[in-house]
Amino acid sequence: MKVVIAGYGMAGARLARELGLRGAEVTVFGAEHEPAYNRVLLPGILAGTHAEADLSLPAPPAHVDLRLGEAVTSLDTHAREVNGVGYDAFVLATGAEAALPPVPGLDPLPRNVTVFRSMADCRAILAAAEGRRRALVLGGGLLGLEAARGLAGRGMDVTVVHAAGHLMERQLDTVAGDLLAGTLAALGVSVLTNVAVSGVEGDADGVRLGLGDGRVLEGDLLVVSCGVKPRTALAESAGITVGRGVVIDDQCRTGDPAVYAIGDCAEYLGQNFGLVAPAWEQADVVARVLTGTPASYQGVRPVTRLKAGGIDLAAMGSLDGEEVVSYVDAARGTYVRLVIEADRLAGAVLLGDNPTTGQVTQLFDHGDPVPRDRRTLLLGRAFGEPPRPATPAAQPDDAVVCRCNTVHKGALVRAYAKGSRTPNELSKATMAATGCGGCAGDVAAICGWLRETAPAGELTEVNA
Amino acid sequence: MEQSTRNARARAVDTHCPYCALQCGMTLTRDAAGTVAASPRGGGLCQKGWTAPELLGHPERITTPLVGGEPAGWDEALDLIADRIRSAQAQFGPGAVAVFGGGGLTNEKAYLLGKFARVALRTPNIDYNGRFCMSSAAAAGIRAFGVDRGMPFPAADLAGADTVLLAGANPAETMPPFMRHLAGRRLIVVDPRATATARQAELHLAAAPGTDLALANGLLHIAVERGLLDQAYIVGRTTGFAEVARTVAAYWPARVERITGVAAADLYRAVDMLATGPRAILTARGAEQHGKGVDTVNAWINLALALGLPGRPSSGFGTLTGQGNGQGGREHGQKADQLPGYRRIDDPAAREHVAGVWGVDPDSLPGAGPSAVELLGMLGDEVKVLLVFGSNPAVSAPRSLSVHKRLSVLDALVVCDFLPSETARLADVVLPVTQWAEEEGTMTDLEGKVIRRRALLAPPGQARSDLHVLSGLAGRLGVTEGFDPVPRKVFEELRRASRGGTADYHGVTYERLDAGEAVHWPCPDTEHAGTPRLFTDGRFATPDGRARFVPVEHRAPDEPRDGEYPLHLTTGRVLTQYQSGTQTRRTSLPGEPFVQIHPDTAARHGIAEGATVRVTSRRGDFTAPARLDDGMRTDTIFAPFHWPGANNAVNDALDPISRMPEFKVCAVRIHPQEETP
Repeated sequence: MKVVIAGYGMAGARLARELGLRGAEVTVFGAEHEPAYNRVLLPGILAGTHAEADLSLPAPPAHVDLRLGEAVTSLDTHAREVNGVGYDAFVLATGAEAALPPVPGLDPLPRNVTVFRSMADCRAILAAAEGRRRALVLGGGLLGLEAARGLAGRGMDVTVVHAAGHLMERQLDTVAGDLLAGTLAALGVSVLTNVAVSGVEGDADGVRLGLGDGRVLEGDLLVVSCGVKPRTALAESAGITVGRGVVIDDQCRTGDPAVYAIGDCAEYLGQNFGLVAPAWEQADVVARVLTGTPASYQGVRPVTRLKAGGIDLAAMGSLDGEEVVSYVDAARGTYVRLVIEADRLAGAVLLGDNPTTGQVTQLFDHGDPVPRDRRTLLLGRAFGEPPRPATPAAQPDDAVVCRCNTVHKGALVRAYAKGSRTPNELSKATMAATGCGGCAGDVAAICGWLRETAPAGELTEVNA
Repeated sequence: MEQSTRNARARAVDTHCPYCALQCGMTLTRDAAGTVAASPRGGGLCQKGWTAPELLGHPERITTPLVGGEPAGWDEALDLIADRIRSAQAQFGPGAVAVFGGGGLTNEKAYLLGKFARVALRTPNIDYNGRFCMSSAAAAGIRAFGVDRGMPFPAADLAGADTVLLAGANPAETMPPFMRHLAGRRLIVVDPRATATARQAELHLAAAPGTDLALANGLLHIAVERGLLDQAYIVGRTTGFAEVARTVAAYWPARVERITGVAAADLYRAVDMLATGPRAILTARGAEQHGKGVDTVNAWINLALALGLPGRPSSGFGTLTGQGNGQGGREHGQKADQLPGYRRIDDPAAREHVAGVWGVDPDSLPGAGPSAVELLGMLGDEVKVLLVFGSNPAVSAPRSLSVHKRLSVLDALVVCDFLPSETARLADVVLPVTQWAEEEGTMTDLEGKVIRRRALLAPPGQARSDLHVLSGLAGRLGVTEGFDPVPRKVFEELRRASRGGTADYHGVTYERLDAGEAVHWPCPDTEHAGTPRLFTDGRFATPDGRARFVPVEHRAPDEPRDGEYPLHLTTGRVLTQYQSGTQTRRTSLPGEPFVQIHPDTAARHGIAEGATVRVTSRRGDFTAPARLDDGMRTDTIFAPFHWPGANNAVNDALDPISRMPEFKVCAVRIHPQEETP
């Protein structure tokens, strides 16, 4: 089985490695000169929390023929040849590219204006930011906000300009969007929503963003983050069916049975998420299918996650449904909104310090029933704190003081009455505190309490 | 105890608890009436230790050989066994006889058992229940450090640590006195359940069963991001970090959160707690008993190495050994691929050395045999006769019902035990052996310290040491030399056999131990003080002296839950019971089987507190009363494995390296059991 892969991004690299480890013969064409890197962490490059080397991905085994800096220019599906290399199976992993909104002055990108999609883009942004203070970001979606947060983390004043009424309007409701804007403000990012853009100018002095109401925003650089579009030209040129992305079935096969597509360039059941989780799952499916193990792509419901210095946001699924449970603590910037359908989680938004994020995400992923007491998902560990230990006096006789040896309070009281008058003597008589020793303090407290409260007459009597 | 101090005829010995690998120091005393009492010696003792003497005079104690369930003499029993061995081997070859050992046997017994299999039986088919216990941690330790000593430093060193991360360890329940070493430490506990240990933690990470590897990789990812790596250590003392860095780059917090169910914020909290100061990372069976147990342990070791911990004061990586002699028992040759001194049986130099000590031709030694689960799978087929020492596989093995069936179709099943375990009840011949208070020997505790077990009592009735069994059988099989059943003599030979090996006991003597010395292996000669702390010189036991980073990837459990079997079952221990319960179920300690379930999960299945639940997997089922606990994940139930039942259901899929079964996660469904009137 000879496999040729077009594209060496996160999906292509994963597939090349998985196929290579399974012993398949693989050739990979990558348009960029650099080895595959972890695109998810690009905001860390902007923020300075990650170095470029931190983003490198595991390399495929040595026998994989890796051709970097070599874009696919010819595809012949009849002869089954790519750039002159014959194949039994060809996989499109060409990814997506930044989309540019139809704003005058944006195409071609003027000076000090960049998109945010690749390592090269990051380098360009950082070069433009060097020694400057004011950054503009066009687009208040996930990537735009990650760029804004990263640049603010470097001490820049950042303004996000967003066309819709609130941030990340496809993933968040108004409350969450507004709270998020508040959180960002505290981190040095101003947000303008409901703003139309009339034009962009950029030159050596900086950039000017014309707004619909006639105002002009000035900055030293502008990052444009207005979505992505799948790279489908190669598939189209070969006559392969393309919707928004290259249309695939649950084996990730395109209309041509020898051609597969995975990742950001692919479209499954009308959906193209542009996220890594489905891309990797698709890569794993293709690796198995091409090496003779049955597999099918189940589809992954997307979870949008923003976790970067001071921001903790998770959003998934529907924003509305038959049952909505929510909790908002604006002062702490904390918000949870759960959408429940038929006892299952249909969607959720979590913003701020929510210890239940992992639990909620797994309920959504697995379709498990939600807890009967929804509050456990809203408040997590803040709810159900263990009660403070009772004072010796208040504890019932059958309270277990020493777990290791199952010694009850009553046994200590009786031992005291029989003459064990120090914590050590109590331990000897009852075995309390001889295991892990964790209850030594409790034994001492009970001893002290008995000493203070036990009637003197009783003690004398026993001693006698 | 009070009586004993008053009575001039009382006797006392200093020994150690018969149960777990902590081997708490214990003084045993006997009063005029013959009543034996235990008390702690210096450290702690949990109720298992306090009640251990109850078994010495237990009414079910086996005191005479049993042939076909009827009392018999030793000669009759041993003659019969030797006959069966000879006829099976004559017909089917040496491999038709197999040996199954145990991690509770003394070093002397474990050693002589391995020798007996190779020299007297000449069978490769020997393995032991430690395969179900320490094999994953052992393999991971050898991969990373070139040596497997559970804790490479004294447990007491933990008192100097700021933060201790426990992955799949529940010492508050399984070895309570160990918690003394953790008092005042900031604890991070990784466990799907809110265990007694997790409840004492500053941070509890309730990862879904089977996801520890992703969690560990995720913590290392964050440590990279936070700039917490000890670069000088990585450069100076290790190899392979670059590939691990590339691997963990793909374990960003949001992805790990989704795999594990642990909030990204808690992942960051954990790494912040592990940022500075003396820190230790400890694993136990929760991390290890998986089809990817070895890789999981290596993921934790990678984190420890990247933070520069192994070899530093009050810092490092360790694994909490489970069984009483789980450490020594895995060093001296009762493991399928091993010769004494932690030598490999496929290493020509090791074979030559050991064959020299044994006075046999190296070529006469068999090669590596099958692992425990695989060996049990051969019963009734290739294997016709099985000898069991200190183990109860009818309860402790995965898919235990089918093991039960295989044990029943052997030509001969021989079990050495002092109580009628479930396995002993199936045996054709049961041989009555000594228990801890009736025998001399050595054990090696969880930190690699060799300790003395001492006898207070003479064995009751006709009970004899397992060493006598081996000696008697070896003689009947024509090997009259080298099976002297005297513990001290066996240990002297063990010293020579282990000499120069990884676990070198050559410098350990009964005299030194009896003089009160604490000696940790390796101890190459009698002038050597032993090695309480490994790696302190910055060198590891690998050929180039560097620790190895091992890149490891998460994968789903062998049997993920699905619509048909929608819950995960995980298993473990409870405070009052030990292993397959042969001993503790017969003491006054409380305890009954149960299934721990989240109240929501129970309610959805119509199960009330205390109601009988039937738990069914693709392999088998069991019933137990429900115990509702909101500290459980709603997708996971828990059952202790001390009673026959739980292991019917668990998965026998094996780790490709350690051959450890995936005890800790399988898919099940639950139903309320209809009460029969």
